[in-house]
Amino acid sequence: MQLTLEFGGGLELLCDSEKIHKVNVDLPNGVEELTMKDLLSWVRTNVIKERPEMFIKGDTVRPGVLVLVNDCDWELSGQLETTIEDKDVIVFISTLHGG
Amino acid sequence: MERGEAKSKKAGGPPRLCCICNERRPVLKRPRTLQQICRECFYEVFEEEIHQAIVNNGLFKSGERVAIGASGGKDSTVLAYVLSELNKRHSYGLDLFLLSIDEGITGYRDDSLETVKRNELQYGLPLKILSYKDLYGWTMDDIVKMIGLKNNCTFCGVFRRQALDRGAALLKVDKLVTGHNADDIAETVLLNILRGDIARLSRCTSITTGEDGPIPRCKPFKYTYEKEIVIYPFAVSNPHSHTYAYFKKLDYFSTECIYSPNAYRGFAREFIKDLERLRFFVQTFAFYIRQELFWISLNPVKTSELRRPRKCLSKGRVSVAATFLARNGAKRVLLDGLNRGLPKMSIGRARGGGVNGGDHKKETKAGSTVKTLESKQCGSLDF
Repeated sequence: MQLTLEFGGGLELLCDSEKIHKVNVDLPNGVEELTMKDLLSWVRTNVIKERPEMFIKGDTVRPGVLVLVNDCDWELSGQLETTIEDKDVIVFISTLHGG
Repeated sequence: MERGEAKSKKAGGPPRLCCICNERRPVLKRPRTLQQICRECFYEVFEEEIHQAIVNNGLFKSGERVAIGASGGKDSTVLAYVLSELNKRHSYGLDLFLLSIDEGITGYRDDSLETVKRNELQYGLPLKILSYKDLYGWTMDDIVKMIGLKNNCTFCGVFRRQALDRGAALLKVDKLVTGHNADDIAETVLLNILRGDIARLSRCTSITTGEDGPIPRCKPFKYTYEKEIVIYPFAVSNPHSHTYAYFKKLDYFSTECIYSPNAYRGFAREFIKDLERLRFFVQTFAFYIRQELFWISLNPVKTSELRRPRKCLSKGRVSVAATFLARNGAKRVLLDGLNRGLPKMSIGRARGGGVNGGDHKKETKAGSTVKTLESKQCGSLDF
């Protein structure tokens, strides 16, 4: 499925300073729906070029990284359980920097 | 619109509505209250709560000249925007300025200063920039070349506080505001506990500090969670939404300071963020408030003693406010060290010799003033 990923708050530095990535993600074998959990590991493998520990901690994003799915806080849609559909826009913003 | 609703259906249960207006779909779960709130209600509530913090704590008086410590980062940019909006909307009658400090960090500060210069145009607020090079003869690049990455944040913190005071004096302002948010203060409380710094602990949660000093400072974002500060520019003007504020985007600069990887604050921050994920520790906000009350009740005599002004060691004068404890002295000692090629003498502990060696006599004298200096990540304007 076609997705748009955006990285902000400094996370873009982990992906060659590109803020916006238009990607094509294939569902893992035997799976009907793509969840954020699947997407995160896909992103870690395919998009993050350096220092993955700044983006991911264990199964989920590093504490302090906000995730918006179609402009909506992923905490409202079940965090890792959130299902992703074709043409969705997912934004990752780090809050862990000076202000 | 339909997508969001479809997702909540899939997650189980009927689609929820914003708990305030009950009309629109929620886009954010508020970190403190866990309320589900839509975009429009969020920015109304966000701005209103800051207005209440300002009014209930009597932060400003009409006619005051106020400098906003502006680093170009998310907190100070949102602060400048919101304060300027509220100033108009509620007629605070303030004369607002942007004050920026250039520490001389190539590839970091020079970029964030570009953001502040844009803010000057976007918000129509006059900007003043002061540099470490002009004030002290040293940039952070020079300092790091000399002392490495171990205690560089200590230098930067001391120099920046002084620089802000100087800038405020040059602008002839009555007050300085900084963008410190609830998360920052929670980290500071934890750092002070870990260091056993009771003096700072009793002061660090005050919304206004230094009233008896050269320039009072306040933190209108004291009760505001970092998550909301980060989301706010998206609420105000999101390129994916159909409505734009008259800025295309709240312009802010965001990278971690390149010289700060070892700053202790980073560990406190990670710890608090990890704790927040545990169900029984959702309220870091309550955490720091409780801590303040706990310490004050435990040591009423000690804390009142600590509030007495201390003598500035370098000139023997009584330093005007305990809050800026020997700040001038600390800066002088650090600068002397740099200029004499012995920068580490002032960083060591008072007893048992310094971490980094140097002139021992100076160290014991300087150690007692400088050993409790806080390290804070560069790029964050600090109290």
